[in-house]
Amino acid sequence: MGPRGRRNIEKPKNFKQAIKNLFFVLKPFRGWIVISIILAFVASIISILGPDKIKEITNLIVLGLSGEININKIKEIALYLICLYLIGALSNYFVNFIMATITNRFSKTLRSQISEKINKLPLKYFDNNSYGEILSCVTNDVDTMSGMIQQSIGTFVSSITLFIGSIFMMFKTNYILAFVSIGASLIGFLFMMVVLIKSQKYFQKFQDELGSLNGHIEETYTAHNIIKVYNGYEEEVETFDSINNEMFESALKSHFFSGLMHPFMGFIGNLSYVLVCVVGSYLAINGTIDFGVIVAFTIYARLFSQPLSQIAQVASSFQSAGAASERVFEFLEVEEMQDEHGIKTHLDKNDVKGEIVFQHVKFGYDEKTIIKDFSSRAHPGDKIAIVGPTGAGKTTLVNLLMKFYNITDGDILIDGVSIKNLTRENIHDLFIMVLQDTWVFEGSIKENISYNKEVKFSKIKEICQKIGLDHTIETLSQGYDTILNDTETLSAGEKQLLTIARGMIKDSPFLILDEATSSVDTRTEELVSLAMDSLCEGRTSFIIAHRLSTIKNADLILVLNDGNIVEQGTHEELLEKNGFYANLYNSQFQKIN
Amino acid sequence: MFKLFKNLGKKEWLFMIISVVFIAIQVLLDLRLPDYMSNITTLVQTKGSSNEILIEGAKMLGCAFLSLATSIIVGYLATFIASSFGQKIRGKVYRKVLDFSMEEIKDFSVSSLITRTTNDVGQVQMLISFGLQALIKAPIMATLAIIKIAGKNLTFSKLVFLAVLILLILIVVIISLVLPKFKIIQKLTDNLNRITRENLTGIRVIRAFNAETYQKNKFNEANSNLTNTIVYVQKIMGVMSPAMTLVTSSLTLAIYVLGATLISRANMMDKITIFSDMVVFTSYAMQVIMSFMMLVMIFLIYPRASVSGKRILEVLERVNKIQNGTKKVGKEKGTIEFRKVSFKYPDAESYMIRNISFKARPGETIAFIGGTGSGKSTLVNLIPRFYDATFGDVLVDGVNVKEYDLNSLHEKIGYVSQKAIMFSGSIRRNVSYGDEDRITDDTILKAIEISQAKDFVLKMDEGIDSHIARGGTNVSGGQKQRLSIARAIAHKPEIYIFDDTFSALDYETDYKLRCELKKNTKNATTIIVASRIGTILDADKIVVLEHGEMVGIGTHKELLKNCKVYQEIAKSQLSEEEL
Repeated sequence: MGPRGRRNIEKPKNFKQAIKNLFFVLKPFRGWIVISIILAFVASIISILGPDKIKEITNLIVLGLSGEININKIKEIALYLICLYLIGALSNYFVNFIMATITNRFSKTLRSQISEKINKLPLKYFDNNSYGEILSCVTNDVDTMSGMIQQSIGTFVSSITLFIGSIFMMFKTNYILAFVSIGASLIGFLFMMVVLIKSQKYFQKFQDELGSLNGHIEETYTAHNIIKVYNGYEEEVETFDSINNEMFESALKSHFFSGLMHPFMGFIGNLSYVLVCVVGSYLAINGTIDFGVIVAFTIYARLFSQPLSQIAQVASSFQSAGAASERVFEFLEVEEMQDEHGIKTHLDKNDVKGEIVFQHVKFGYDEKTIIKDFSSRAHPGDKIAIVGPTGAGKTTLVNLLMKFYNITDGDILIDGVSIKNLTRENIHDLFIMVLQDTWVFEGSIKENISYNKEVKFSKIKEICQKIGLDHTIETLSQGYDTILNDTETLSAGEKQLLTIARGMIKDSPFLILDEATSSVDTRTEELVSLAMDSLCEGRTSFIIAHRLSTIKNADLILVLNDGNIVEQGTHEELLEKNGFYANLYNSQFQKIN
Repeated sequence: MFKLFKNLGKKEWLFMIISVVFIAIQVLLDLRLPDYMSNITTLVQTKGSSNEILIEGAKMLGCAFLSLATSIIVGYLATFIASSFGQKIRGKVYRKVLDFSMEEIKDFSVSSLITRTTNDVGQVQMLISFGLQALIKAPIMATLAIIKIAGKNLTFSKLVFLAVLILLILIVVIISLVLPKFKIIQKLTDNLNRITRENLTGIRVIRAFNAETYQKNKFNEANSNLTNTIVYVQKIMGVMSPAMTLVTSSLTLAIYVLGATLISRANMMDKITIFSDMVVFTSYAMQVIMSFMMLVMIFLIYPRASVSGKRILEVLERVNKIQNGTKKVGKEKGTIEFRKVSFKYPDAESYMIRNISFKARPGETIAFIGGTGSGKSTLVNLIPRFYDATFGDVLVDGVNVKEYDLNSLHEKIGYVSQKAIMFSGSIRRNVSYGDEDRITDDTILKAIEISQAKDFVLKMDEGIDSHIARGGTNVSGGQKQRLSIARAIAHKPEIYIFDDTFSALDYETDYKLRCELKKNTKNATTIIVASRIGTILDADKIVVLEHGEMVGIGTHKELLKNCKVYQEIAKSQLSEEEL
């Protein structure tokens, strides 16, 4: 973030649509919005009426300078004014109050919608979009939108009212002085606009340079080791200095120009003050106006110049909010997963035998076919190993089985029932899935293991004892109630065990298992291996295999390359074939000649 | 915080003094304006000539112009001071960080160092550009305005004082109610972000467990907590501006009503004085109130900037643990020796590696294997002096690494990290990094050929001139790794260090690359950290590490016979025939 730098104003692609969407979400609050618009209007009218009454008081005093002052009348007006001021303050506060309530309710709704949307999106969406973008939707974009609504509705109404009202009052009081004071303000504003437009260029430059400086810092800090070993220090410092120097220039210019805003506003105020005084005095001496008019005008002049700059501010915040709301609504309108209300078939996980048949499965996206034509059969209790080089698309198969992705053609049958006729929820219920990137959330170990299921503690403990995790957990400060977060963490291997325990609690007839590579130390690895083996017992298992023993003991090996299943068979069969698998297998253990 | 200001140069200090003068002038000019107004008022009431009024008006306008001019000058000076200060500090922090060793970097963490160099410097810069003006202007303005008022009319002054007091109490009450909540809001926002992040990273697991509702409830609770707290704060903050308007307008009104009473009681001569006093008093009163507001603003910004200042100072005042030596040449060529080396991280209780001794001779390949936390990466980090050994000596070419001039030491080493690091720029820049003038295109081509990167590089639009995006996002992980291996090869070092480099490659590429490497770097000493046993089968010496201790050293065959840990690893990765 730039020092004193305004945010680079983002422009929405389709401003009208963005605003339309925005108003649609605001619809439930329209009653309150109308009330606050009325209140804002009332408050502004009061601030315009104020000077008029002050003028009356001044006139009464001036009248009394050469005689008796009508104190009672003044007190009467003062009492009236105090009432007006109070009503004005109260209206203003209620506008703030209502706005705080509805805009936050608005952002709360929007955040919930985004969060729920995440659950409704096909998994593929997340392969192509970074988490960061969605996260910034939930926080930054929603905040920008609600901030804009909160400020702009009140400000906009009162600015417009003040603007029109003060012009009206000025002309009503004295047209000569009105012209003088409006003219002075306009000249000042024209001048300011020129300065602002000129400075915009420097701001853009400053933002760009800030961006490239931050990029350079991030890159070099991350590459710190390499810079050291390859003696790149001088080179990097040189690059840094040149960006830093350029940024100094543009920071100086852009901030100087934007800093002019305030003194100019002050000067415009002074200018109209002087002009009103001089011209007003002339008129007063000539007897055209009362002296009170001058006093009132000095206040009108201020009221008049205020809304102009406020309207400009609202307009620019409107734009960035437009861009934010565009992103949010774009996300909310992304196509969701297929509706499954029509599906009536249900497989109970306790009655499933455990057979899976792949029938000419085809799969692809973006007109790219990945799995061309795959048929195979897994009998109840079979162990199916999935092997292939990194990036061969082993997870694609998992995604199809779990109905995370929909197959393009062909069918997958679970116990003879097509997965097309089963809900995703039903399928998920039938599978235990243990992935390599272990996912734990901030919560107690107990919650992490029993995840989304009511289970007795004794059952959790029993399972942990079985897989050798109980001892580790009991040595932690709070045992099973230890909260897993940044400070209290388990090792990679222990997390692996935890997710296996989580799978065991779920107890479903099918298993998808992604075996860990050597990222755990040998002792834990042994525990993990044993736990994995016991997890496989009695279940039809699909295993993304790294361990040789798994591969060799598998009832069926599926060999993947470039996303497609290129070979299938048992270890011996595939070696005999002397094809891709044999090559893959041998290269792993070949010695350099 | 104030220590940072030592970094202001003479020019900046001079500018600051000049600013003080100009700000004082500006305030004086601003305060003159109501005086002229008062004069004009008197002239109007006493039926003075229009000429006199015009003269007063011209003077007043001149004042306004001068005031504008001084503000522009002050604005420029303040911006200059702030920008130049920011530039200097940023440069200093950057140099300091690049000079840090791994220990300091790890201590601060990379992301925190980035924030310190960018955001924190920005915060301090903002405090200077805004705070400097306000800090100088507010007291001057308040003092001068009070002096003016105090001389004029005691009753009016009391009113102004009362208004200021009310406002101050109001601000103190609001801030004390709201400030503690700000911290809570930060926490609740973090909490909400964390849950959203959880929902995204765990999306497969959540769906597999049908736990969408579970997560939704968690999110909604966090969402409600955050919203309620923010609404509370905003409802209180919403009092501020209506109340301020109420107090200031009431003050004006009170001055007028009181003025009317005073005038009606005064004698003929005093009446006009009181009246003109009354008119100008309202504007003086505004000045006083404004200056108090300005001071309050500083109190609001200062704490944040001061935290930033502290964070910057922490970086600047950190003493580098690794100091440069002087030796430029070694006694031998291509040797690495560890003599009873132990290492623990500062503040850590247990040792990462313990009592390690071995020697690598020119042309030899030494491999390190062991599980996570066995200390194999830590061990190789001692060779380029990313860290210094806690006990024992590390020798390169027969000289203790601590005695080397770091540049000379690093010239001997070709290091490839586990996570491939790419720089934005051409492939040429990435491969010849640090020695771009000397490394020829032929060398680069040869290097990418050995590292198995030639195929995909030549397929790219501009060959070795093709652009690599920041962070290497336009090439795959395996490609990045092959390029970073090419980087080491192109520098033709005496010693290669591959810190678990090959795990990112598939078996076939891994195999081909090692064959080529072996052919082309016969004279170089190679250190390989590996987690796959296949990668190191043919090493001259394999060192087996467990929990920081050397539990075996020898060739693959020897270790299979006599090292239990090695047998365990082998069993999990190799087939029985190969054993």
